Amino acid sequence: MMPLLKNKNLSNLSFSFWVGSICVLFVFLLAIVSFFWTPYDVTSLEISNRFKTPSYNHFLGTDHFGRDILSMIMVGTQTSIAVAMVAVGIGILFGLPLGLIAAAKRGTFFDDLVMRFNDLIFAFPALIIAILITAVLGPGAFNAIIAIGIFNIPVFARVARGAALTQWSKEYILAAQVSGKGTILISIEHIIPNILNLLIVQATIQFSLGILAEAALSYVGLGAQPPIPSLGRMLADSQTMISIAPHMAIFPGLFIVITVLGLNLMGDGLRDYFDPKLKVSNS
Amino acid sequence: MNLIKVNNLNLSIHEKEILKGLSFEGKAGEILGIIGESGSGKSMTANSIIKLLPFGSSVTGEIILQNKNLLETSEEEMCTIRGRDIGFIFQEPMTALNPLKTIGEQVSEVIRIHKKINKFDALNSAATILDRVGLPQTDFPSTRYPFELSGGQRQRVVIAMAIAIKPKLIIADEPSTALDVTTQAKLIKLLKKLVIEDNICLIMITHDLSVIAEMADKIIIMRNGEIVERGKINILKNGLKNDYSKNLLKASNYKSKNLNKKISNQTLLKVDNISRHYSDNSFRFFGEKKVFKAVKNVSFSINYNENVGLVGESGCGKSTITRAILGLDPIINGKIILEGDEIKASNVSKNIRKKLQVVFQDPYGSFNPRHNVLKLISEPLYLEQSQISDYEKLNIVKELLERVGLNAEDHKKFIHEFSGGQRQRIAIARSLILKPKLIILDEAVSALDVSIRAQILDLLVELSESYGLSYLFISHDLSLVKSITSRVLVMKSGQIVESGNTKDIFNSPSHAYTKSLIASSPNLESSLRRLT
Repeated sequence: MMPLLKNKNLSNLSFSFWVGSICVLFVFLLAIVSFFWTPYDVTSLEISNRFKTPSYNHFLGTDHFGRDILSMIMVGTQTSIAVAMVAVGIGILFGLPLGLIAAAKRGTFFDDLVMRFNDLIFAFPALIIAILITAVLGPGAFNAIIAIGIFNIPVFARVARGAALTQWSKEYILAAQVSGKGTILISIEHIIPNILNLLIVQATIQFSLGILAEAALSYVGLGAQPPIPSLGRMLADSQTMISIAPHMAIFPGLFIVITVLGLNLMGDGLRDYFDPKLKVSNS
Repeated sequence: MNLIKVNNLNLSIHEKEILKGLSFEGKAGEILGIIGESGSGKSMTANSIIKLLPFGSSVTGEIILQNKNLLETSEEEMCTIRGRDIGFIFQEPMTALNPLKTIGEQVSEVIRIHKKINKFDALNSAATILDRVGLPQTDFPSTRYPFELSGGQRQRVVIAMAIAIKPKLIIADEPSTALDVTTQAKLIKLLKKLVIEDNICLIMITHDLSVIAEMADKIIIMRNGEIVERGKINILKNGLKNDYSKNLLKASNYKSKNLNKKISNQTLLKVDNISRHYSDNSFRFFGEKKVFKAVKNVSFSINYNENVGLVGESGCGKSTITRAILGLDPIINGKIILEGDEIKASNVSKNIRKKLQVVFQDPYGSFNPRHNVLKLISEPLYLEQSQISDYEKLNIVKELLERVGLNAEDHKKFIHEFSGGQRQRIAIARSLILKPKLIILDEAVSALDVSIRAQILDLLVELSESYGLSYLFISHDLSLVKSITSRVLVMKSGQIVESGNTKDIFNSPSHAYTKSLIASSPNLESSLRRLT
């Protein structure tokens, strides 16, 4: 990311980017802190303390087993972020090379094969297939990662191919070819640095979608299994008790909203920043 | 009586001064030429008149059209003035038309905005207007779509839209720049005819002095947002006072230093009967595949130390030949032989590649924007078998930078810090680093301003002498080829129609196409001679 920012002025970043990144930073910080310290142990039950509304002792209240909701949210974001991050990683790891090769071999059978296979994956409703995969392989965070990751592959393949195609038509690629460089070297040396901005924007958006998908999977009980807390399951648990203890639903929900909104704002801000066509010129 | 009078026009965009105190006027039936290089503010002058300016601009001064100050009229009123009183012709005919509407609809749309008539009548009058601009209904029915027309024909449609309501003022912003020379010549004739017939005032904006010399009555030469020279067209002959405009005229009339090198009689490159067809890849059940023959049985050769020009209009197959020689695209038959080795697209050895380099047209697209100049210039060193240390690389690059007239310390900079001409110098440095035998110059100076073009051509001539290089100089512009090549090939629709000594071809062309090319390419010298 550094060479991208080298010649640009950070003050051109939009307000929404800063709001988004503050939200994201806050969520990440909480997740990191939870590795070392949480206000309470999330596995210890204290039935006598259940349904406590937010107070000094329990900042966000307690749930139906008397567990501290703040602690559970902190550990839960950990899972969400881990799942979404690895899923995006899978998407880039497989999707980017596929897209780059398809672009390099544009118009050939291989290109068609890759892109039509992408279309095939796109044709399935992602979340339902993810439910299917986790149902077959068994519920758990690991399988949720695979299920969400697979659907990230065609997204990145498409973005990479589309962006790479415009680069391949430029004359500096011809100059590199005349210098005897092969397809792979050109892709790594010339194409990737020039499409990186698009990939970063796409990654933030896929990241937020990944967090939503993880929440949805654990909401239906196919994500991380108890006793590991997860935001989706906290919502699911709270729904029958929403009239007695609304705070049980509100806080985890709010957290998902903050994370996803933050990532989306950040992605929007980055896109405006990288794509000069979308903003009014300041020069 | 002046039709339009611009008085002390100042324009600044985001506090940056673009135009400084412009004043000029135009009469009906007169062609006013505005000349300037890129960044001189000539297009912004045009945009100020029709008040279509980018966000953040502020204008002061007066633009008086038929006793009305356009700068004080409201946007709503401007909408009725644009098209009715002022017509506009754009540079790029490919993007100035709506691809989803027929040409008749587009012209009639202009009529219907300003006159209350029904669709049918509007289409009928659109047809007569299209007829006037040389698109008769019998050959070009108004139900055609823009994609069914060539660039020159599209530009005629744009002109038809501009004259549809018979405006008194027409502004043409580089109307012929994107077109081939033969088309350009016809278009200039058409514009001149319309000016006389409709008693229009035409403001013609261009960077090309030879076009202006052929048609304008009065000229303004602009530089950095200011008028440096103005007067009747005949001041071009011997009345220029300003140094800049004198230089501009000299550069437009460019004569290179005399080519002074011994052409060896040994063949360096031999292109033997090559062809290349493109077929459309789509799958179809019935009917044969359409095949487009881009290059048909072309043969030529280049000797050591020889500069050969390859001239032809867009789409004639010049670029296909470039790509074939560089071994980037396969050919379907024939051979390309460089120093005894055959170039095959499937497998070009490093040894062959080292002898061949290329300089492209676009000074912006031919560099990776994320690499610094050192990395850009030294890229071909990848072909060198032996390892070259970073220190050596740096020294070679520094030396080359100085050789092409740049600063040795420029190697740290990124490409966006350079102007178009400087970038082209960097491209030349990149092509020289391996000391190749043959450099293909693919429209290498076409995108540059005239004064910079002359400098780059001088540099190329000088380099070819000192390094003993051969050039294949590809261009659509005959006059450029004239100055730096000793032999020229003229190409038309995939075939070489004429070849021979450059001087002979210019003095006595034999093929009809070459004759029309020479006749239609705007010639500043002869236009100047005609002036009194």
